[in-house]
Amino acid sequence: MSNAKMIQSDISSVLTLQEMAEIDHELEHIPYKSGAAIDALKIVQDGRGWVSDESLQAIAKYLDMSAEELEGVATFYNLIYRRPVGEKVILFCDSVSCWISGCDSIKQTISDTLGVDYGETTEDNRYTLLPVPCLGACDRAPVMMVGDDLVTHLDDHKISEIFTSSKLGGQS
Amino acid sequence: MEKVLTRNIEPGKAPTDLAAYEANGGYQGLRKAMSGMSPLDCREVVSESNLRGRGGAGFPTGMKWSFVPMGDKCTPGHKYLVCNADEMEPGAFKDRLLMEYDPHQLIEGMILSAYCIDADLSYIFIRGEYVVAIERLREALKECYAKGYLGDNILGSGFKLDMYVHPSAGRYICGEETALINALEGKRANPRAKPPFPQVSGLWGRPTIVNNVETLCNIPHIIDRGADWFKSLGVGEDAGTKMFGVSGRVKNPGCWELPMGTPIREIIENYAGGMQDGLKLRGFLPGGGSTDFLTQDHLDLAMDYNVIGKAGSRMGTGTMIILDDQTCPVGMVLNLIRFFAHESCGFCTPCRDGLPWTRQVLEDIEQGRGKTEDLDTLEYQINYIGAMGNTHCALAPGAMEPLQSALKYFRDDFERHISGGCCPYHSRKGA
Repeated sequence: MSNAKMIQSDISSVLTLQEMAEIDHELEHIPYKSGAAIDALKIVQDGRGWVSDESLQAIAKYLDMSAEELEGVATFYNLIYRRPVGEKVILFCDSVSCWISGCDSIKQTISDTLGVDYGETTEDNRYTLLPVPCLGACDRAPVMMVGDDLVTHLDDHKISEIFTSSKLGGQS
Repeated sequence: MEKVLTRNIEPGKAPTDLAAYEANGGYQGLRKAMSGMSPLDCREVVSESNLRGRGGAGFPTGMKWSFVPMGDKCTPGHKYLVCNADEMEPGAFKDRLLMEYDPHQLIEGMILSAYCIDADLSYIFIRGEYVVAIERLREALKECYAKGYLGDNILGSGFKLDMYVHPSAGRYICGEETALINALEGKRANPRAKPPFPQVSGLWGRPTIVNNVETLCNIPHIIDRGADWFKSLGVGEDAGTKMFGVSGRVKNPGCWELPMGTPIREIIENYAGGMQDGLKLRGFLPGGGSTDFLTQDHLDLAMDYNVIGKAGSRMGTGTMIILDDQTCPVGMVLNLIRFFAHESCGFCTPCRDGLPWTRQVLEDIEQGRGKTEDLDTLEYQINYIGAMGNTHCALAPGAMEPLQSALKYFRDDFERHISGGCCPYHSRKGA
């Protein structure tokens, strides 16, 4: 087996056909393969929740990059997860307007309710709690995102409503 | 006042789709440009309008564009127009509104701006957390391709442009235009050395313009209605309208389109409703987390670039953050410095190591472990890290702005923390 073929089979045992097709689609308007590094990381993370060492190495090979170079890119960005996360990531805004509006005590309530601090995942694997730079909703502070949903005007009551019931979505 | 940027935006009203946008004069600017105006004609109108960049630096837009090589002076290949929609400045929340509720206005502005510099590819570089805006922009792009506003032969003019939405993987420094370009190239978002400037060598080494969302949203109206009309909108020395915002403990935090030059007092008292009951205004950051504090002595100043500059701060994003009399100024500055230390790209030492050091000193003061000489240390850091030229980009100097002005206006608060051995505003947990 030629080296090129071996590398190809390595990649396809990790990346799915759909992931490769989506990366190829990005490459259509990018002049160099490594230019799709962030897109490729996001594509893989979208389907798998995070980027494992194995995924990272496969993406690097697919884009003709060294794994070390891609690791440098992956770890630079806040929204690329190099460790497993829960089903939903809580992005908790702790920037200045939310801080003035009392976000520190809200964060404490979340930690008490879910039993996790920043960077940790709940035991039932439903939530990972992370801090996030200003979410750009300062007129509705304090705010956070739970998965794709922006939740605004946070107070202790709202926190207990969200995390003690199983439903989430749409409220703000 | 005539609403321009927000004429399709009303509380409770559905976001504007293509039909609604067109029904209210949308794509008239584009039709006008495509039927007889050359790129240079359009660029001249924008230059004459005195439009200044709404992202924070306030650089004249027409002048920025004028550095892009045109025609025979440009080597063959792509040129790029990039929208900076990476709104991550602490306290800034204006671009989200423009994109979520009127995506076509931004797209029309981008098509026209691309035409002005003869770009054939354009990207909306948007922070990944703006899920709703990303979805609405993608939907709007589809409508534009179907209608012939984007693609190979826009409105039969021969002008060709493709546009992509590019969600960021998240880092504050991506808002710096050369860092943004590195992020678009799939790299770590370290800012680049300038020169060469992006206008000459930007994305993939090709001429590139990066403009803020709000800046681009102004373009269709300027092309459609002319430079004189745009200049007449301002009530002070600057042209046009501006998205102004107020956050903090005021009665009615929000974001409003008002004439350039609107007095600060009017924005805080009339639009934001003044302070919440029982609170007094102590100071404010006029344009986001990396601008210097101003105080009640500055309330009657006009929100114009040079007026705010002369007062010792910056217009920045135009979104103010209010410090009230029951919030600790040291704690507020610590929160900001913590943010900037976390978001340093790590490329240069004064920023990478200096900001965490500053954070440490402020933590000591806030938590009652401060010493009198810590204030000298902070002054040293402000002078060293804050001086342009000691750092690779403007992140760390920007971080020093709220700190230096807090030491100027609220020095007694720092001293009380040190002499009392605790934070006098201890009501706030974990501050």
